[in-house]
Amino acid sequence: MKVGVCVKQVPAKDAPLSIVNGSAWIRESDIGFEMNEPDSFALEEALRLKEKHGGEVVAISMGPERAKQTIKEALAKGAERGIHISDPDFFKLDPLTSARCFARAIQSHHFDLILTGLQSEDQGFGQTGVLLAELLGWPHATIIMAIEATDTRLKLKRELEAGWFQWVEVPLPAVLTIQSGINKPRYATLKGIMAAKKKEISTVERTSLGVVELRTQQVERIYVPQKSKRTEFITGSPKEAAAKLIERLRHEARVI
Amino acid sequence: MNILLLTEQRGGGWNNVSFETLVAAQKIAQDVGATLSGAVIGDGVEALANELSGYQLHEVLLMEHPLLKEYTPDGFSIALRQTIEKTKPDLLLLPHTYQVRDFAPKLAASISRGMIGDAIGYRHENGKLIFVRQMFQGRTAADVVFQGEPPWVASFQAGAFRADLAARRPSGHAPIQPVRVELKAEQIRTKPLERFREAKQAVDLTQAPVLVSVGRGIKAPENIPMAEKLAKLLGGEVSASRPICDEGWLPMDRQIGSSGQTVTPKLYLALGISGAIQHVVGMKGARTIAAINKDQNAPIFEVADYGIVGDLFEIVPALIEELEKTKAG
Repeated sequence: MKVGVCVKQVPAKDAPLSIVNGSAWIRESDIGFEMNEPDSFALEEALRLKEKHGGEVVAISMGPERAKQTIKEALAKGAERGIHISDPDFFKLDPLTSARCFARAIQSHHFDLILTGLQSEDQGFGQTGVLLAELLGWPHATIIMAIEATDTRLKLKRELEAGWFQWVEVPLPAVLTIQSGINKPRYATLKGIMAAKKKEISTVERTSLGVVELRTQQVERIYVPQKSKRTEFITGSPKEAAAKLIERLRHEARVI
Repeated sequence: MNILLLTEQRGGGWNNVSFETLVAAQKIAQDVGATLSGAVIGDGVEALANELSGYQLHEVLLMEHPLLKEYTPDGFSIALRQTIEKTKPDLLLLPHTYQVRDFAPKLAASISRGMIGDAIGYRHENGKLIFVRQMFQGRTAADVVFQGEPPWVASFQAGAFRADLAARRPSGHAPIQPVRVELKAEQIRTKPLERFREAKQAVDLTQAPVLVSVGRGIKAPENIPMAEKLAKLLGGEVSASRPICDEGWLPMDRQIGSSGQTVTPKLYLALGISGAIQHVVGMKGARTIAAINKDQNAPIFEVADYGIVGDLFEIVPALIEELEKTKAG
């Protein structure tokens, strides 16, 4: 089975974010980046499918030069090769245009299956996988918690809301978005990291894909959200803060 | 301008987020001077259409077909695309449920349009409709506008509007308009099989007056008993954000958030929970929210009444000590 997995590079979880004035993006200098965590579950699932059924795993990422690092991480964990769709201004694209670029970049690769994470931890549109399926003319299933594959079909456990699940079947080729927690993503081994150095990453400039931009939406600006509640911040030593909090909960909020 | 609100039901029962989105749709319609209609999709759901027609709506569209009884992304997208082509709404509004996430982007793409998903609010400024959504896991908000020609598709997150504020008609009912759906079994590629719940719910968190909830900040399973001790002293239960249950440190039935339980306790004490939106939708209805987090910019503080910025491994033992002291005294 030939599996493509879309991995995005996003700011590290604990990175201090500062917004570039009047823009829809953050200052990239001085912060670390990492693989979008939901995508790391998709990558792990792709690797397990390959180990069970044979085939190869191709890691695909769109982003600036730095995104190559995330592809290298995927190669170190066991992906065979990488595709980098290079665009320093990727964050200005709407979800539909992004998906059209992915569709164009991978259409000649004849994948049986494409996996993505559920959503990205930066822009969080949560649409790429579903859009990609529509553009490729393939079926899709989202929020997947288990995959049972045969040559032509997949049996999938979809997560519904409030603790419910449902089994669904889809024919291949298909696109799946993987729910976080489906597996325990592996770490790259030293051997894997060494092997990755010899693996191929093919780079394609996004603007050379010939995708005509039909912008459907635009992020006008991003900003620090206004609080919906006024939070009383309690200060002091841990002991003082604890005593003050309990006093407030008892006598002000009266909830304990 | 014509707005169409699509409701969600399963097996003849509403997904209540539909009525939150109805409120958003009614407000937007009023602000922009638009006509608002509602829509019900499924099979044998006329009773729901009747119920919906009691609300302040121009009309209620009823899309029924035997192949729409069970949700499939293909069936729903095809039926809705036909309805959009026939009724020509400028804006389709939907509740941001798991089901909507599954088909609405596909529906929009099938008519070469975009979708603004997961909006938490909107503003109408200088004739422009601006949708507000979150980015960077709730650490920033974003103003997003549609570009290009309608129809546009947008979804509102659960909890963004209050369902009980939905305006009813003073009398009578809105007309119900059946919409003919042409659908063939071979157009539906996904085969839905049985629905099930994973495990027996060992604990009913919705009944707990106090929840002490742990997130990534708890760092290791060995630290959970500390939270359990605090919960016991407060007469409550321990709960968690998704990553903790994914790790298996607490069972799934203790998970709060969009994929777990929605709770409204008297007190929700969040320990080391950053407050990603998927978590917040499950607990923001709590009467009082207190949060302890080392990051003063953590989004959990946006919904907290009381916040302590600091090390939970110092503060929780101090809370336990204080409660034991006052209990003993």
